[in-house]
Amino acid sequence: MQAFTLTQPSNIQSAVAAASEPQTKYIAGGTDLLQLAKDDIETPRQLVDLEPLPMSGIHAGPNGLRLEALARMSDVAAHPAVVHGWPVLSQALLASASPQIRNMATVGGNLLQRTRCGYFRDTGFACNKRVPGSGCPAINGENRMHAILGVSDHCIATNPGDMAVAMMVLDAELELIGRNGTRKVAIGDFHRLPADTPHIETILRPGELITGIAIPASAAARRSGYLKVRDRASFEFAVVSAAVALDMDGGTIRSARVAAGGVGTKPWRLPEVEAALTGKPARAATLQEAAGRAGEGAKTTAMNAFKLVLLRRAVLRALQTVAA
Amino acid sequence: MAKTYVSATINGESAEFLCETQQTLLDVLRDVIGLTGSKEGCGSGDCGACSVIVDDRLVCSCLMLGVEAEGKSITTIEGIANGDTLHPIQQKFLEYAALQCGFCTPGLIVATKALLDENPNPTETEARYWLAGNLCRCTGYDKVIRAVMDVAADMRGEKVA
Ligand SMILES: Cc1cc2nc3c(=O)[nH]c(=O)nc-3n(C[C@H](O)[C@H](O)[C@H](O)COP(=O)(O)OP(=O)(O)OC[C@H]3O[C@@H](n4cnc5c(N)ncnc54)[C@H](O)[C@@H]3O)c2cc1C
Ligand code: SF4
Ligand code: FES
Ligand code: FES
Repeated sequence: MQAFTLTQPSNIQSAVAAASEPQTKYIAGGTDLLQLAKDDIETPRQLVDLEPLPMSGIHAGPNGLRLEALARMSDVAAHPAVVHGWPVLSQALLASASPQIRNMATVGGNLLQRTRCGYFRDTGFACNKRVPGSGCPAINGENRMHAILGVSDHCIATNPGDMAVAMMVLDAELELIGRNGTRKVAIGDFHRLPADTPHIETILRPGELITGIAIPASAAARRSGYLKVRDRASFEFAVVSAAVALDMDGGTIRSARVAAGGVGTKPWRLPEVEAALTGKPARAATLQEAAGRAGEGAKTTAMNAFKLVLLRRAVLRALQTVAA
Repeated sequence: MAKTYVSATINGESAEFLCETQQTLLDVLRDVIGLTGSKEGCGSGDCGACSVIVDDRLVCSCLMLGVEAEGKSITTIEGIANGDTLHPIQQKFLEYAALQCGFCTPGLIVATKALLDENPNPTETEARYWLAGNLCRCTGYDKVIRAVMDVAADMRGEKVA
């Protein structure tokens, strides 16, 4: 790990000012950043420590939930209001990482965790995301865990996060602050497709800080769930995951929100499945037919073609569980 | 690079040390303070051998900066026993032979302590889930879990069947 200085800002304004300097990164829980720094994937000269900022609250009310950016994954997952009002979020967090990591990691940092593509995380290989223009060894290499949706000729890495997938079915909105003031961005607009610039992963501007995440309350949010398929039960990144939120009127699905993890280059919404559920009775055949549509536009490799089949099965299981 | 002065509480005693910004808490514990009980299995959050308790939270010391220990209270494996008297968790690990090479053991014992502090009456599923971040290549976990369930019952003062 190369040497860096650590700046401890006394307020948000000074944090943003410091982070706008070159070769500077925020550090929150440090669980991804320090690992990347140890492997020389990230080489910051200055870290701006977010820990001193009073930004770890979890505020739940009748209209919604507001998570401050430094709220820990474990605290959000265990919060009784979250468990009851936004179960998909609690379940996605509990299925993420290990107890130790969840105790350290923040929801803000979680949204910015970087891909687990093995080539990206090893400086011995070329990688367009790490060194723009150097090539992508994954496209013709070991790509069993790689994405099948949103891929480009330059990068096929998955966004590895679980929490953001849950937030895709909850209409979460991120609150950002930068040198030019504050703005709000829907979770679905936050991550970018790789296209020919896979090194640019989000719409965050240099120095911009996530201050909080606002999530509305709704009937669908209360009737939601997360299913994660992984290679081992203890803790592991998703091979495929599915988040579902249903607004039901008796046995009829008024509206549905469905998203998937482990398959997309960003957290992936599945409008093709949602459309096939809207206004339909929640019968076995309806769910089966809708889940069978998941993955429109998928582009698979020989090693990861199984993900499309698994995606449809995971979506079906999640729909059955949430509709029941 | 200039070193930073840090003052913290380690195993109940006040501790002061100088560390470089990029040193992890694990580096500091092992190389600066000389508490080598916490192990580095992976350095990437995957194995839990470096587990310590920081202000009542179980964390991986390999992914925390030493300078961030400022003002915090840290419990390491060296703080679990009471002098020469083993903690009941340690005693039970011995009785159940819940260790072979022992590399994962400090982390598992610290994690078990954190579990029982928070939940003195875990189900087996809860215990397994809580200890999921601690990898062991030797025991197959079964003896570990039996030791944990047994010591939990002992510590609650229940007679174990
Ligand atoms: C062993 C292990 C297993 C894991 N398994 C899973 C898993 O199964 N599922 C899953 O989803 N994740 C998993 N993770 C990833 C984990 O969730 C992330 O490492 C964690 O959420 C990152 O949060 P952090 O606070 O530690 O971020 P940091 O490491 O501190 O920061 C990450 C990035 O975010 C930036 N940043 C942090 N906070 C802000 C902010 N408020 N505003 C702007 N930028 C910010 C930092 O500059 C940095 O670039 C795993 C991690 C480990 C180590
Ligand atoms: S898939 Fe993306 S992250 Fe992985 S090697 Fe290719 S360019 Fe790099
Ligand atoms: S050394 Fe910290 S988790 Fe393995
Ligand atoms: S006893 Fe050897 S790793 Fe656990």
